[in-house]
Amino acid sequence: MTDIWEGLLAAFQLIISLDRDLLEIALRSLQVTLTAVLIAAAIGLPLGAWISVTRFRYRRVVIALLNALMGLPPVVVGLIVYILLSRSGPFGVLDLLFTPTAMIIAQVILVTPIIASISQQTLRDLWFIYHDLLISMNTTKWQRMKVLLWDGRRSLLTATLTGFGRAIGEIGAIMIVGGNIDHLTRVMTTAIALEVGKGNFPLALGLGFILIALSMAINLTIHILSRTEREGRW
Amino acid sequence: MKPILPLVLEAASVAKHGERIIGPITYTLGANGCTVVLGPNGAGKTTLLRLMHGLEKASSGHIRWAVPKRDAFMHQSFVFQTPIVMRRSVRDNIAYPLTVRGGTLKSARITAEHWLEKVGLTASALKDANVLSGGEKQKLAIARALITRPEVLFLDEPTTNLDGASTFEIEQLIATAQKEGTRIVMATHDMGQARRLASEVLFLYHGEIHEFADCTDFFTNPKTAAAKSYLRGDILI
Repeated sequence: MTDIWEGLLAAFQLIISLDRDLLEIALRSLQVTLTAVLIAAAIGLPLGAWISVTRFRYRRVVIALLNALMGLPPVVVGLIVYILLSRSGPFGVLDLLFTPTAMIIAQVILVTPIIASISQQTLRDLWFIYHDLLISMNTTKWQRMKVLLWDGRRSLLTATLTGFGRAIGEIGAIMIVGGNIDHLTRVMTTAIALEVGKGNFPLALGLGFILIALSMAINLTIHILSRTEREGRW
Repeated sequence: MKPILPLVLEAASVAKHGERIIGPITYTLGANGCTVVLGPNGAGKTTLLRLMHGLEKASSGHIRWAVPKRDAFMHQSFVFQTPIVMRRSVRDNIAYPLTVRGGTLKSARITAEHWLEKVGLTASALKDANVLSGGEKQKLAIARALITRPEVLFLDEPTTNLDGASTFEIEQLIATAQKEGTRIVMATHDMGQARRLASEVLFLYHGEIHEFADCTDFFTNPKTAAAKSYLRGDILI
């Protein structure tokens, strides 16, 4: 209990003193996560819509695979990205290992299946409602996808925020590909792990509380900006 | 532009999982008037409308429009028994078909406003369409179907579960559309409505056309035993 209290105190002190290191890693956390989520959403949302409106031979297999990929072990993803980006790997020439870009790549791989799978489930239900109408209007596949993505935007926001939640708290993959290098690839989660390793539990807890607050603030801001839960605002 | 009618059905039938739903049906939908499809539940009224419109594929037989199928599809609309309302404003629901055909949202909205006025939904233009009453949703669906000025309008029991006032308003819209040149094909259970709107009646029973007659002839002098029973109000099984 004392540790938790001290953790709260440490978090408070870090925020009040506008700790430069804290600010740097918090911003890096946001930069890496938001970039990864944006890229994952740009891939996952249209993919979910496409699967919803398209009948093809191995559709069920693809959906099952997407669902399975939602639970990808981050450490394994980190390891694979590490091998691909390491000097001897196929993309070693790009020199991306231990950079924020490598962390973004790992997070995109982790988050895309989550966004695609949840959006597919949501849009499938919407497609079930719209099917006859859109077929009757002779819409193209692209128009159907556009309608589903637009009319299902509120549910898709939840899918995207789920991806954000997964990414902001992720540590396994980004620790491997980012290396937790001070002033370069250190983010909130890897900083917490470092402080735990040093036995500095109050500071680790403090960083943890700030991470939670940051995640909640982002979620809340997006909900307010997109005016969810407000009747009649379309 | 070449008219899409007549629509010719030659021994067309629909089967699902090996079970015949309707057919074989041979029928020609001519250019003018309002055809009302009557028949008891399960007779295949909805399936026939969907088959004509292209939402169902014929398992056997042929369906031919006067123009290629794709062109014909662009000049017809369908109003469903339960109105399908998109998750957007009333105005944008009505405007949507125009944007599908390449119109800009701005111009589509301007045209939609004209239709909102026509169907009496101007005050609800910016409301979420899902908060409308059943009758209002059906009026929205009809406005959305008519905004493209279709040559043929299919309506599947458009006034089911609506009160007298809403039914009257919707019948007025259908009658006006017909006067303005839209060919109407409507399924209904409401025989009063059929008398009011129909120029010809197609009586369907067990998935087959049992009678096809001029409206007055059908109601005054039905030919088949099934049609006579139906008009008497007997329960047809």
